[in-house]
Amino acid sequence: MTSPRSAARNSGRAPNGREKFSDWANAHRKWLFAAPAMAFVGVLIVFPLAWTLYLSLTDSQGSVRAATEFIGLENYLTVLSDVERFWPAVGRTLTFTGIALVCEVVLGMGIALLLWRPFRGEKWVRVAILLPLVATPVAVGMMWRLIFDPNIGFANQLLAAVGIPAQPWLSGQDTALGTTIFMDVWQWTPMVVLILLAGLTSLSEEPDEAARMDGANAFQRFFFITLPLMMPTVIVAILLRGIDALKTFDILYATKGKGGGSFHEVETLNVYAYGLSFDYNQYGLSSAVLILFFMIIIGSMWLLTMRKKAVSK
Amino acid sequence: MKRRSVVKYAAVAAALSLGLTACGGSGSSDAKGSGTVRVTLANHVWTEGIKAAIPEFEKSSGLKVELTQLGEDQLSDQYNVKLNAGSDEIDVMMYRPLQEGKAFAKNGYLADLTSKVSSDSNWDWKDYQEGPVKATTADGKVVGVPIITEREVLYYRKDLLKAAGLEVPKTMEELEAAAKAIKAANPDTAGFVARTGKSAAVTQFSSFLYSFGGDFTDSSGKSTVNSDAAKKAYAFYGGLIKNYGPANVSTDMSWPEAMAIFTQGKAAFYTEADSLYKNATDPAKSKVADSVGFAALPAGPAGSKPYNIPSWGLAVNQASANQDNAWKFIEWATSKERTLAAQKAGVPGPRASVWANSEGTSTYPKDLAEAIAVSAKNGVGHDRPQVVTVGKAREIVGEPIVASITGADASAAADSAHEAFQKFLDSEKK
Repeated sequence: MTSPRSAARNSGRAPNGREKFSDWANAHRKWLFAAPAMAFVGVLIVFPLAWTLYLSLTDSQGSVRAATEFIGLENYLTVLSDVERFWPAVGRTLTFTGIALVCEVVLGMGIALLLWRPFRGEKWVRVAILLPLVATPVAVGMMWRLIFDPNIGFANQLLAAVGIPAQPWLSGQDTALGTTIFMDVWQWTPMVVLILLAGLTSLSEEPDEAARMDGANAFQRFFFITLPLMMPTVIVAILLRGIDALKTFDILYATKGKGGGSFHEVETLNVYAYGLSFDYNQYGLSSAVLILFFMIIIGSMWLLTMRKKAVSK
Repeated sequence: MKRRSVVKYAAVAAALSLGLTACGGSGSSDAKGSGTVRVTLANHVWTEGIKAAIPEFEKSSGLKVELTQLGEDQLSDQYNVKLNAGSDEIDVMMYRPLQEGKAFAKNGYLADLTSKVSSDSNWDWKDYQEGPVKATTADGKVVGVPIITEREVLYYRKDLLKAAGLEVPKTMEELEAAAKAIKAANPDTAGFVARTGKSAAVTQFSSFLYSFGGDFTDSSGKSTVNSDAAKKAYAFYGGLIKNYGPANVSTDMSWPEAMAIFTQGKAAFYTEADSLYKNATDPAKSKVADSVGFAALPAGPAGSKPYNIPSWGLAVNQASANQDNAWKFIEWATSKERTLAAQKAGVPGPRASVWANSEGTSTYPKDLAEAIAVSAKNGVGHDRPQVVTVGKAREIVGEPIVASITGADASAAADSAHEAFQKFLDSEKK
């Protein structure tokens, strides 16, 4: 592309170095401005993904520098036929995400509705609700782990005070996953509240008022007016929280350690892949799990965005 | 950092952390080959002592020490990423010879120290106990210097034993009977507590396994975790915890949890590594500090055979360009004087001369020093399967422990663990 200025100059004298560069920069400006972003995406997203994909097709283990052999899809076959660790981990990942999401959205919507209309002490309540959000997940995990300790934990002492026998909470094979879901809900509901509250405050009040004039009660107004109008926001909240919940790692690792406990009771795909890499040093296998995991995430997010488009129309 | 190493580093970090939490920052690395020694250490009593003494080393050697201190798991993850990438950012590393030694040596992460250890007769490599030396030697080459040794001993509560009119148990049967009696007399107090986590319990279970006459593998490297002796040991260890352990026992306990139960005064007997004794005798950490007693591991059918191992060692990163200075640091940190000082601060060391020196045991409770002396004599040199991928092996052989604790069929669990373990051993030979 020639700018009028450089065209004029070209007719006269020969351009010097600086002008040459600025011409070149001008001509390539769309690439120049995008370059940092592209480098960022390349180094931090494309390259790791490609490398993981490559590793997943090799028998890499022990050390990633050791000689590896290309073994095609063997790792994927191994993983997909693994009913002891992989499939239960997929199940747990989906259970964890599903239950946590439903609880967080329902609770979040409830709290957001309560906070919607101004009331006295509103500021304090908002601060209190946001507190869990600012805590580090690992610290949150450690804190709950202490509270739920079967012998010296606060939770069981509280139960004992009201005459209920001690519960296994985190230590039980059947209760551990539920307890970690509770922790996730405790920590992340505030974020859903924030998103939904933002959505609620931006709604126009006319439809609600009109419905009120027509004699609709609170439930009717919520289910037939507010909720449908809120749907795009709700789906955004589900998207954001869903991605995060799927890849939850810290609170699971902080409370149950490697392998998700002695019976793998909270081992999700993320915890499983971590164990394969850092405990077993099976990088090929671990990469295959991560690629499959990546595909699950992309798949579910795609479904959700499709749904959002449908709703927005 | 050189460009090549940036790419390699990024590659490994990427491979290991896609979808996971990102790894920690890399820190500065302008000290290559210079007067700065970069030392990575684990959180441990030993580290606290060395940390305090480092200025002394800096003064005498003219070198500067850059110290990184991490928790055990974080340390292990750091090594996995950095050593894998061939990073030269670590010069001296504290590592676990029995956990990572084989894998690290096989991958060529550890520098060969054979000529260095024999270069100075004053420093005296021959002074080191045989078991620990064996554990830091790979394929005939010395790749590390042991710094901390451990044996499993019996921690017990003198007051509870006295109240029940019992002697300190000398055999496993006596231990079980005493645990039973005390639990029956004090419903709130467990008779026995120990680690219960599948992987965490393996090391402490190993002493029971040896004392019942078993081991993880036989001399030809075949799995023996379903031998009669092993089955009895699994049933015994798990049974003690199931029948006389704390109420609502969890299957995730490593030493901090088990130690907490003991130091809160909620258990009569506890088997654990001797190197952790300060947690039980320090009034700031333990409610029962003044009533804790120590004894050698009770004898099973095959006698009292606790493990006697070097739990930590120092090594030099093969990729480091600063190996000579790294060695200077190790030489200083493991000298006779430093080892004596560490041992007096409560860290059992690997030097025979320090143990022979009465000063070396002067700060230990008398009964603990005696128990250590006995255990050092008949101890076994490993406390976990001796394989490359120790993490996986521990999970396999730990399965029957957990089964036994939860009251499942320990014998059947041992059979299936045997099958899985043999398969694992075969896969490692390939």
